[in-house]
Amino acid sequence: MDAPQPPSSMSLPQTSRVDDAASRADPRSNQVIVLDDVVAVLGQFPALAGVTLTVERGEIVLLKGPNGAGKTTLLRLCAGLLRVERGAATVLGFDLATQRHELRSHVGLLGHQNGLYLDMDVRENVQFWGRTVGASDTEIDQAMVRMGVAGRLADVPVRKLSAGQKRRTALACLVARRAQVWLLDEPHAGLDAIGRDELDATLVEASQAGATIIVASHELERAGNLATRIVEVIGGQVHDTRATTAKAPGPSS
Amino acid sequence: MTTLDPASTDQSTVSRAARRGTGTRATRLVGIGAIVSLAWLIAFGLGFSPADRDQKESVRILYVHVPTIWLAYLAFIVTAVSSAMYLFTKKKSLGWDRAAGASAEIGVTFVAVTLAVGAMWGRLTWGVFWQWDARLTTTALLFVTYVGYLAVRRLGGSHHQRAKRSAVLGMIAVVEIPLVHFSVRMWRSLHQEATVANLDGDTKMDGLMLFSLFVGVIAFTFLYVWLMLHRTRSMALEDLLEERGLDHALMERRAESAENPTTQYSTIQNSTIGRDA
Amino acid sequence: MSTWALARLIAAKDLRVERRSKIVTNQVLPFAGITMVSFAFVLDKQNVIDTVAPGLIWLATMFSLLILVQRSFGIETDDGALDAMRVAGVDAGAIFLGKALALAVQLLVLEVMLFVAAIIFYGESIQSGRAVLAFFNEPTDVNGVEVVLAGLTSPGQSPIFATVLLVTTMISATCGLAAVGTLYGGLAAGFKGSETLLPLLTIPAVAPVLIGATKAVESAVGTSGAAVSEGWQWVSLLAVFAVAAGVGGALAFGPLIDD
Repeated sequence: MDAPQPPSSMSLPQTSRVDDAASRADPRSNQVIVLDDVVAVLGQFPALAGVTLTVERGEIVLLKGPNGAGKTTLLRLCAGLLRVERGAATVLGFDLATQRHELRSHVGLLGHQNGLYLDMDVRENVQFWGRTVGASDTEIDQAMVRMGVAGRLADVPVRKLSAGQKRRTALACLVARRAQVWLLDEPHAGLDAIGRDELDATLVEASQAGATIIVASHELERAGNLATRIVEVIGGQVHDTRATTAKAPGPSS
Repeated sequence: MTTLDPASTDQSTVSRAARRGTGTRATRLVGIGAIVSLAWLIAFGLGFSPADRDQKESVRILYVHVPTIWLAYLAFIVTAVSSAMYLFTKKKSLGWDRAAGASAEIGVTFVAVTLAVGAMWGRLTWGVFWQWDARLTTTALLFVTYVGYLAVRRLGGSHHQRAKRSAVLGMIAVVEIPLVHFSVRMWRSLHQEATVANLDGDTKMDGLMLFSLFVGVIAFTFLYVWLMLHRTRSMALEDLLEERGLDHALMERRAESAENPTTQYSTIQNSTIGRDA
Repeated sequence: MSTWALARLIAAKDLRVERRSKIVTNQVLPFAGITMVSFAFVLDKQNVIDTVAPGLIWLATMFSLLILVQRSFGIETDDGALDAMRVAGVDAGAIFLGKALALAVQLLVLEVMLFVAAIIFYGESIQSGRAVLAFFNEPTDVNGVEVVLAGLTSPGQSPIFATVLLVTTMISATCGLAAVGTLYGGLAAGFKGSETLLPLLTIPAVAPVLIGATKAVESAVGTSGAAVSEGWQWVSLLAVFAVAAGVGGALAFGPLIDD
């Protein structure tokens, strides 16, 4: 049964990499992220003090919690950047204890920094990141159009952009890289209302195309339109998790 | 428990040490060996061995100067081997990292002593504190290289991050040293400009002098082992303290979670709590 | 994507950033130039400068290397781009090769400039090439054709051989410097005190390059009577160093920048 196609001007570049990872992982499992009592340290500080969490494909999970609760650390852990000190963790079928390096090319992390080269312009940045995975120029252009940084902005040096524009450029790089799991740390920061709406719309489509998205944010009133589930993190642990009234997770099929 | 095996810093040793310091029967034995051989060295070095024909009494510095540099080389080899063991064994035991770090610290100290003592000797016999000959230059570069290694060990991060970083650097240093040595030798063997003062050179080694030198090597080897045992153990204690600190911090962090009032959400739209600046 | 293609992509990116920001051309090259001038202030006597000029070139190069490396990794830490590359799982060996390549290109440009500065400020000239360069310094009656013929027929006295030696020296020294600089730059990047840690690690490690390159240039230029033929053993040292540093760096870079 065919998935209802979104309007073609808004579709993400189709990729077979989602299926690759899916076939590698247990085909019965729709679980993209599985964390079991995970402890992770920053220096000597236990930023994650025992996190248990499961995320399914196509979900959009909103992480909320006070500053210092460990939201950023949780995202970085799922990106394969941190050692699992205690506990067990699996992302996209990769065991984080042994395979966190192989995992990395399949996930995209957008943290407080954008990962851009300030002296190059927008197009050059997206091209660079796209080309590291061999993306075609068409894909790269599409990524820029989707995030609204094509056209006038494309030739502006990143240094001169506003915070919101930089954020959208960074997301365009993420799209160009064909990441399957998007880990976004307060992506709405610095965006105006229209920018936030556009961001949310993009995220929803991305999840329909199969990407799994985790957003750490304080933007709780948007969550109803955006997230399928809200997870509360306090003191390095998952405190509470509840589904929202938004549509059910998973690729629409 | 009485060897240099890094795994010997196990729980029982460490908790005992935590109560009574890092001394054990092994360190006491080695320590006695060190004291005895040092006394022997003093006896032979200052007393029984003959004065040199040319250098007279000042040749006796040789019995300290040469063993310290040899032990420094040994220490840096141990650092390199321990670094390799950390990197290439599956278990990645931190004991290897501690051995590498402790050995480097001791090695750097020994090189410093070598250079200082050598400078004094040079002043006594040749009238100059320093010469840019091949050996001295290489030794000075060796010293700075491992000072850099120690600086990298202090960059911070988790124990394993420190261990991996230092281990890689430890192995790089081992490749650097021959390159440096070879280039400096070339530098000084071609186009010999100034006369090269060979600080421990032309002294013909009388049998008794050789023996005294041998005693010196034994004495400093005991000293090295003694220092290694104590230093690796104190490092293990430091690491254990940090780990205990981790458990404590874990408890505190979890308490933080319990103290925080559970935020109630009837619907998402009603929530305004948790909105920080 | 192959490691080599990825490295080229990264090197192109580094050079593009430089083309846009012009930090090297506007700041680092003048820095190198002013260093050469400062040497003249402190050394003062022409015969002293004549003797040490080849060394001064490499000394200035080494100081500039430190600044170039800081800049190379500065663009990566400004907005977390190196972190982003790690996150994306970009092959660390490719990052190393790409950044070292870009660094080498910038270094080469710098060295050429320094050599030209040495010719102008210190009166250096390629051995037996005085005739060739004479029209820069003072007019002579030398016939250009005669000079070239002389150059081709007597290897020991040939400016061509000396020039080849010079170019080979610069290339092999540059490769070694770029490899070591990139390796330690990656290690120190982003840490507190990285500006002082970098020189502490790099300077002892590039001592062989300083020694070898200076000696080789002395042979090429004829300082203190060194013959061109002697320079080649120093070039072998430089080549060995460059290979060791390149291979070692590519292997070590991954573990070093990783968590």
